Amino acid sequence: MTDENVARHTISILVDNEPGVLARVIGLFSGRGYNIESLTVAEVDAADALSRITVVTSGTPMIIEQIKAQLGRLVPVHRVADLTEDGPCVERELALVKVSGSGEKRVESLRIADIFRAQVVDSTNESFVFQMTGSTEKLNAFIDLMGPLGLVDISRTGAVAISRGRDPF
Amino acid sequence: MSDREMTGAEIVLKALEDQDVEVIFGYPGGAVLPIYDALFGQNALRHILVRHEQGATHAAEGYARSTGKVGVVLVTSGPGATNAVTGLTDALMDSVPIVCLTGQVPTHLIGNDAFQEADTVGITRSCTKHNYLVKDIADLSRILHEAFFVARSGRPGPVVVDLPKDILMAKAAYKNHASAQHRTYRPQLKGEQKAIEAAVDLLGKAERPLVYFGGGVINSGPAASQLLDQFMHMTGFPCTATLMGLGGFPASDPQFLGMVGMHGTYESNMAMYHCDVMLNIGARFDDRVTGLLSEFSPGSKKIHIDVDRSSINKSVRVDVPIVGDVAHVLEDMIRVWKARQASQGTEALRPWWERIAEWQARDCLRYDQGDKVIKPQYAIQRLYEATKDRETYITTEVGQHQMWAAQLFKFEKPNRWMTSGGLGTMGYGFPAAIGVQVAHPDALVIDIAGEASFMMNLQEMSTACQHGLPVKVFVINNLYMGMVRQWQELLHGGRYSESYTSALPDFVKLAESFGAVGLRADKPNQVDDVIAEMIAADGPVIADIRVDPEENCFPMIPSGAPHNKMLLGPADSGETPISEEGMVLV
Repeated sequence: MTDENVARHTISILVDNEPGVLARVIGLFSGRGYNIESLTVAEVDAADALSRITVVTSGTPMIIEQIKAQLGRLVPVHRVADLTEDGPCVERELALVKVSGSGEKRVESLRIADIFRAQVVDSTNESFVFQMTGSTEKLNAFIDLMGPLGLVDISRTGAVAISRGRDPF
Repeated sequence: MSDREMTGAEIVLKALEDQDVEVIFGYPGGAVLPIYDALFGQNALRHILVRHEQGATHAAEGYARSTGKVGVVLVTSGPGATNAVTGLTDALMDSVPIVCLTGQVPTHLIGNDAFQEADTVGITRSCTKHNYLVKDIADLSRILHEAFFVARSGRPGPVVVDLPKDILMAKAAYKNHASAQHRTYRPQLKGEQKAIEAAVDLLGKAERPLVYFGGGVINSGPAASQLLDQFMHMTGFPCTATLMGLGGFPASDPQFLGMVGMHGTYESNMAMYHCDVMLNIGARFDDRVTGLLSEFSPGSKKIHIDVDRSSINKSVRVDVPIVGDVAHVLEDMIRVWKARQASQGTEALRPWWERIAEWQARDCLRYDQGDKVIKPQYAIQRLYEATKDRETYITTEVGQHQMWAAQLFKFEKPNRWMTSGGLGTMGYGFPAAIGVQVAHPDALVIDIAGEASFMMNLQEMSTACQHGLPVKVFVINNLYMGMVRQWQELLHGGRYSESYTSALPDFVKLAESFGAVGLRADKPNQVDDVIAEMIAADGPVIADIRVDPEENCFPMIPSGAPHNKMLLGPADSGETPISEEGMVLV
């Protein structure tokens, strides 16, 4: 695939909360060779048994249209929205970042965490676990900075997003 | 009655009855014994016992495609379900409505590697339109009815319902949901008015219009073909059909240019390349039709009518997309055309028709029949001549014979032509013919087969004999896997690697061993007599027609070539090299 026009899109999918639905969506992406940068899913409506899957994918405009159309025709899918295209949205991700260091490195990591407004959710004499929420870019920047300061491991949720304003989705 | 408690197995049969199912194609096994027990001694539902579950799925496909109804399959767990995968994938690719009931081990044993257990839902997830695993008897009625709704709505397709044995033996009240729709899956049938008007405007001003129609016309129902007929005569446009669309418009009509695509007629492919407005009705711009995408019909504006939104703009950018069912959209389009008096009159299109006539003059389907060796095209053409005036249904296997049948048979009506297009499954034709014969007991049903394809499911001869289904298998026996050999000749320096069908049975003795009739023709002057004898026979027949082993199928758009660069005969093959990019394509 050439690089022209390839763009990142955040797709939000409202689905029936049933066993196998997630497998079906992921199977669609893998079966057709579409890219999944991140994926997160959770129930959002217990009464109607609905879940929201938020996928960050990338592709040319024609591929993105295909992805949305293919998702739209899956039987358990209620609604597909392209939050990148549909209008202003809020996008956030959460990361737990484990950093192990001593001396200057330990102090520096705390200082940077402070600047990024990350919270310390675990601390020992030799390590911290930072909890960071924010845009994907902000998380990436924080993790890059932790690299030379003793970064041990990362656990990330992938982006969730919702449109700005009063309309659902 | 609806509130009586029944076993799961009885609920299954009741749901099938409420869905107007008359026939199921199946094979028993441990996990589905409760259903088979409920079937025993009842007369409402006819069960056709096959000899391989793949045969059941193809038979259901033949049944569905020749009637427009949903085909129903019943197989057991484990290997029963996995044997059905090929047929399900075939139904998905060709949009055939099938409901496949698969047995499953009891719910408490699922995931435990039990005997004859397979993750049926996992395995069939990508080869079905949708699938269900019933975990609670309370959901069974709803799921069964929903399966039928999904199978037949929008773009039809196969649906699997996995039934654990304990569910089949449990009891619950039955609820008739036959008229229920799915709560969210509601395919769009009516096309957007603005788009239809834009399409009519484009078509009304076209100087070189072409209608390209496909399987969507057949799937939409008989009304779609009638509306297409009306539209074609109203506009006077030329039209061409895909392999799946044959029969959607009468082939003998002078406005029909023949099939389009890799082995389509010269005039169809040239008209498609040179048209200025292309109307795609229920086809999907498949790679067999488009050839090299970057050079596909470069100067034309394209209108695409399809019930599946994801088919639109998938590989070819279109100018006027119209999401909707073919019949609904054509009805609106005809109304708009008449209201706008869009027709330019026959004179305006005369130059285009003259150009088309020049292409037609190449007579691209001609072949030379001498008196020593039967040409496969001759055998198929004689078969057409002998059957054209009666109610005939044709199924095919896959390969050269399939292409010749598509080129040389003229289908005047829909639902008479059953072939495996998208998946190209060898072994499809014979069981499919069985399914067609079950649906149309008094009709002449012929499977035009290659000998290699016929070998794949010939065990179904037993099925045909058991159920008194007088299917005729017309074997075009050229001793090779013809299409593979053709490609090996053109692309791989004539290295016929593993494409010779060795150790073939004596087809006449084979037929007789089943209690059927076996016939053979070796010489051109025997062909007509064998065909007549085959048609006159009361029961199933295998006719072994020994043809020229190295005849190639032309025209041919070589893989990777643009669709206006066709090979028209053996003389062409030397000059046109196939590119590196072309070599890697199937």
